[in-house]
Amino acid sequence: MDHQGLRLDGVTIALGPRALIAISHTVAPGEVLTIMGPSGSGKSTLLAYVGGFLDKAFTASGRVLAGELDLTALPPQERHVGILFQDPLLFPHMSVAGNLLFAIPQAVQGRAARESLAESALAGVDLAGLGARDPDTLSGGQKARVALARVLVSAPRALLLDEPFSKLDADLRHQMRELVFAKARASGLPVILVTHDEADAAAAGGTIVRIGA
Amino acid sequence: MLTRLGPPAAILLLSGPILAGLAGTMLPAFGYLPALGGEAFSLDPLRQLAAVPGIAGSALLSLQAGLASAALSLGVVMLFVAAWAGTSAFSRVQHLISPLLSVPHAAAAFGFAFLIAPSGLVARFLSPELTGWERPPDLLIVNDPMGFSLIAGLVAKEIPFLLLVTLAALPQVPLARTRQLAASLGYGRIAGFLYCLWPLIYRQIRLPVFAVIAFASSVVDVAVILGPSTPPTLAVRLVGWMNDPELSMRFLASAGALLQLGVSAAAILAWLVVERIGAGMLRVFCEEGRRFSRDAALRWLSFALMLASALSVFAGLGALAIWSVAGLWQFPDALPRSVSLKTWIATAPRVVEPLATTLAAGLISTVLALVLALLCLMREDETGRRGRRAAALIYLPLIVPQAAFLFGLHLLFLLGGVGASLWALVFVHLVFVLPYVFLSLSDPWRAFDRRYEAIAAGLGRSRAETLWRVRLPMLARPVLTACAVGFAVSVGLYLPTVLIGAGRLTTITTEAVALASGGNRRVIGVYAFLQMLLPLAGFAVATLVPALLFRRFRAMRV
Repeated sequence: MDHQGLRLDGVTIALGPRALIAISHTVAPGEVLTIMGPSGSGKSTLLAYVGGFLDKAFTASGRVLAGELDLTALPPQERHVGILFQDPLLFPHMSVAGNLLFAIPQAVQGRAARESLAESALAGVDLAGLGARDPDTLSGGQKARVALARVLVSAPRALLLDEPFSKLDADLRHQMRELVFAKARASGLPVILVTHDEADAAAAGGTIVRIGA
Repeated sequence: MLTRLGPPAAILLLSGPILAGLAGTMLPAFGYLPALGGEAFSLDPLRQLAAVPGIAGSALLSLQAGLASAALSLGVVMLFVAAWAGTSAFSRVQHLISPLLSVPHAAAAFGFAFLIAPSGLVARFLSPELTGWERPPDLLIVNDPMGFSLIAGLVAKEIPFLLLVTLAALPQVPLARTRQLAASLGYGRIAGFLYCLWPLIYRQIRLPVFAVIAFASSVVDVAVILGPSTPPTLAVRLVGWMNDPELSMRFLASAGALLQLGVSAAAILAWLVVERIGAGMLRVFCEEGRRFSRDAALRWLSFALMLASALSVFAGLGALAIWSVAGLWQFPDALPRSVSLKTWIATAPRVVEPLATTLAAGLISTVLALVLALLCLMREDETGRRGRRAAALIYLPLIVPQAAFLFGLHLLFLLGGVGASLWALVFVHLVFVLPYVFLSLSDPWRAFDRRYEAIAAGLGRSRAETLWRVRLPMLARPVLTACAVGFAVSVGLYLPTVLIGAGRLTTITTEAVALASGGNRRVIGVYAFLQMLLPLAGFAVATLVPALLFRRFRAMRV
């Protein structure tokens, strides 16, 4: 897919009288914008705002544009911004392949085409052949990779990362970081990463914005 | 969009029939019912009521049943939880007791009667060796004039309910740490728990306790089966007047229903005093630093009482099952000489219609209640607000005595030309089914990790798809359990069914209770057994269906 950048145009988020975030920034395809801040600083609310599921308790303004398309005018399911949380959150009642099939856009038609797309997405994260497995039987690292494959296969316009590596142990964290950023670069996805880990920010290699210091 | 309609519809359903019903009770109680010639307000119905022989005795019996059964069942639950919460024995007893919640009151009451009657299972096991009885002794154990067996039967049935609501509140208090702290300061297990944790827990189970008082002080089916008959409790007499072919008795019945409202309110008011005294005693003991460190005897007593209450219900249900297949069974034989399906076969043709009505009313009202509860919960997600005041409404149908508003509602139905139709029955059942379905579903629904929905939306799935393909399947078990609870409630409803069904629509429960006076234990056994079987089948479905659907997925197991 031919990606355009993601533009945050005068986005502000506040909780009551307390301003949490005010940002204007353009994330080019394949680039990573890193938001750093301590827990409770409201850094995740930016992702919720971009994704379209900000809690009603917050007040927010500003536009989020993918190319010329104003995402903030769209309901969450039409924004097509994929999100990865610190937990893989694989749907526990679907097989690994079921999770991916759920994510593949409806434009891909025909059972065989969808299944082969799911299989190649799994192969893309080194999990070829695990489609029939119960996600609960996978290791932590495998689950994280399925979650990545699931979000990539949905052909998103942008990728939101909400401290996605914080629950992995040191070895895996390093591997997953490399994998996620490599995939995002390869697909030309604009990425917003929220983290409190300096190493994440360093590995991302893009602009770093610090909030709530 | 549809979710917007959920809360108003639920509020209307919960409060509308109750308010209209109360008005429909109130007006004739003061003589106003033009359709039956009551053109002007007067105090005549109330005077007439005051002149009914033994009316004060009936009212006192109801008051006593409400207060005593609530105090005893809460006392047992409180001591048991205080002594045993957090132990493995506790969770074992908990698993033993939870299924009893689904047993309809009437079935439990019949079982209890079959157990403790002079010719009941207990007497048979003890006779003649221990008692010397060769024939059933001439004792009035069941239907005793003081209402002791009524209270005991209610206690056995309310204990599982109060234990379950206490269990729901328990995870919100720091149990293990508080136990350690209290023990390190030298407090006994029970005292430490009661001083530190019980006030927090009691605050959360207060409405259910009120519901128990209101229910026990106005119950009809259990009182017909176990309660005294000379005079019976107030609610039982009311139903008699209501069903009297002489229509002018409706004025008296309405006045009686008003009295019933007063009796239940008085019981709850008296309970508020009991609460004060209890809290005061607890505070004084606590401030005096009374350790009560040697509480082993009380701990084991609470355990024994808890176990005894559960076993009495189980044994009673067993007695029902045996009677339904008993051939010749003379006193004092412990078991029947022969076993046959004769009673079942003879009863089967008469069972079909009530069974169909029971199933239809139960299933339809449960599905409607589920839809309404889901709409309300989804609306809650959308607005991010929990309607706290609306939440108290949920308890309204459980706290207002059934007799007080059902009489009025029945009268309004009659005047409005709404006959005894299945839809009228479903409507009335829904009033009682909805609170239980909502209460049972709301905690797991709210505990759902909503990031799954964010992920599904990010993957481009609509809200409807997310609901049907992610949230509902992942919550399949609690959703089906809520349905099973709702169905069990509907199956067990007696008074609403008798009044709205008006004798033309009968269910297994109304048929079983109608048999109470006849005393044919074999036939009662069949009906009461069926009555207990239906909710059980519901819970079996709720357990097996998700287990089969998701058998491949480990995280979907309990």
